[in-house]
Amino acid sequence: MDCVTTGGNVKVLAKAIHSLSKIGEELYLEPVEDGLTLRAVNSSRSAFACFLLSPLFFQRYQAPSDHAFRCKMPIKSMQAVFRSLSSLERSVEKCRIELNSEKNRLTVTLHCKHGLLKTHNLSFQDCESLQAVFDKENCANVLRAQPRLWVDTVLHFPPSLEEVNVSVNGERVWLRNHLEDDADPSRAMMTELCLSAEEFDHFAVRSESNITFCLKELRGLLVFAESSGLPVSMHFDEPGSPVVLSVSDSVLDANFVLATLSEDAHQRNHNNNKADRREAQPAADDFMSDDMDSYLIAMEASDLPGDLPGPSHESVPPVPQSSTNHRARLPSEEEEEEEEEQVNQPPNKKFCSLFFGSVLPASSQLTNQTIQGQEVLASDSDDEKQEE
Amino acid sequence: MPLSTQSQPENDEYILIASLDNVRNLSNILKAISFKDHAIFNATQNGLKVTVEDSKCLQANAFIQADIFQEFTLKEDVVGFQVNLTVLLDCLTIFGGSTVPGVMTALKMCYNGYGYPLTLFLEEGGVVTVCKINTQEPEEPLDFDFCSTNVTNKVILQSDSLKEAFSELDMTSEILQLTMSPSHPYFRLSTFGNSGNAHYDYPKDSEMMELFQCTKTQTNRYKMSLLKPSTKALALSCKVSVRTDSRGFLSLQYLVRNDDGQICFVEYYCCPDEEADEE
Repeated sequence: MDCVTTGGNVKVLAKAIHSLSKIGEELYLEPVEDGLTLRAVNSSRSAFACFLLSPLFFQRYQAPSDHAFRCKMPIKSMQAVFRSLSSLERSVEKCRIELNSEKNRLTVTLHCKHGLLKTHNLSFQDCESLQAVFDKENCANVLRAQPRLWVDTVLHFPPSLEEVNVSVNGERVWLRNHLEDDADPSRAMMTELCLSAEEFDHFAVRSESNITFCLKELRGLLVFAESSGLPVSMHFDEPGSPVVLSVSDSVLDANFVLATLSEDAHQRNHNNNKADRREAQPAADDFMSDDMDSYLIAMEASDLPGDLPGPSHESVPPVPQSSTNHRARLPSEEEEEEEEEQVNQPPNKKFCSLFFGSVLPASSQLTNQTIQGQEVLASDSDDEKQEE
Repeated sequence: MPLSTQSQPENDEYILIASLDNVRNLSNILKAISFKDHAIFNATQNGLKVTVEDSKCLQANAFIQADIFQEFTLKEDVVGFQVNLTVLLDCLTIFGGSTVPGVMTALKMCYNGYGYPLTLFLEEGGVVTVCKINTQEPEEPLDFDFCSTNVTNKVILQSDSLKEAFSELDMTSEILQLTMSPSHPYFRLSTFGNSGNAHYDYPKDSEMMELFQCTKTQTNRYKMSLLKPSTKALALSCKVSVRTDSRGFLSLQYLVRNDDGQICFVEYYCCPDEEADEE
């Protein structure tokens, strides 16, 4: 892999990485024929983000000849390269990203004013391809607006607010803060905004619906959209199926796929706030027999030569939402993320991890492992990937 | 701390009197070397030299020439004492260290010799504060024996270009590796941190490079924790001279322009990291 980008596009690249850092801790990087993909997923796998920078985005773009290279790295190490946006704008003239396969390093070179050359050799890990399967074209509802409108709208919600509820009819959009089920509505502050269809560049509502999703990731995308001045589209269906936020222009595409709260789960939460996690288990089986719904997000797994022995698929069977099931994650990542999760994630979240389907290998053995893995909440470390 | 342990001299008994219209001309430059509490003051007819050391591996000197002071009277050839630098800086900025133009704190600093406190008279807007800081037995500063005849490599850079590099340095790296060479990479700063390594290369013909005199390729490692305080001096300075001698000792000399456009110098000496020698 060898790609070179210049001028303002360096800042676009930096902003893309910055906005991915709002999603997850790791950056998945994969150069393909269509361009360089940068992806991130959150620890509960309820949010996925992907940037595709087309070959035209770069002054020079060469995907690896064997098409097999993909890697992940802590997003912080990539952020460190693009730490100061102001100095990027002021002094960086050219940025080159290349794979040094001999040293197993990803080399990012910044050519700055006055001949200063900054070379960062970043270590990375091999990884599976991270891909969400979603079909935004078939979504019933599409809203598109200038980033300014979204930013001004989101601004009214307090930074501490986790989830926002969006409802649409043929003429209007309402946004309100989502109240936790155990919150007392008489005490909580409610914020509600109503936007008329005219405010949007594109407003197509085929079915009235009402969805709830996390605000943090939307804010992450807005950071990028605002700096690039690109309109933000929102594709969504009924509650429970993901909402896709996207930005695109001729040389780049960005899609942020976020879980929405299902009505079903909503109901259950009302009935039984302390639903046992195990309640969710049978659903995994249900899913196995289901056809792959087009909107489901799948984590595709493919074995890489560089992988350690052991099951390497990063597949998560989806589990319907319940008050406690946000832990449904890879067994292999369970342990290393346990700690972060406790710090970063509020307990009893209702979405999360729900809609990530999986493209499972045909082998029934693997399927079984996935299901078994699902039940193991404190993992055995056999599956643990090698840390650098 | 009771001041009564050190007796009060009469006005005309001071052996050192130094006055400044703008105390920032002293306090700023002292901040550039304030990484340890103990500061050794050494006053001669040329001016004031303040020395701070760490771990017997790092020494910082600030030079404030006599003509920076509006009054600089010395009754002996050499006057030496040691004070707590943090306390001194707190006193010098006792009026808040305002940077508003036209608002200046004036200083008169007096010392009556061995066993007496350092007395500071600070005045701003007609308000006078008198501070007395107990002095300590002066220690003998380390002699790094860094002499210009042994200098192998020397470059002078405009500080702005180094400031950016130092602000971005990967602090997870324990060491900063400095390579100076008559051929590529000429002048290179390297870090080796958790996420990988990073190199910052400055070509010898860069506009930022005022002088490039490298005779031999030299690569030395210095403890990041020791070099960290020097960024304070870097931030204040407009030019920096980087020199290494045949033993790998590092000398960083910073040219600092004060509020009145006068020039002072701050100098850091640092020992190379032992492990690098063994490799």
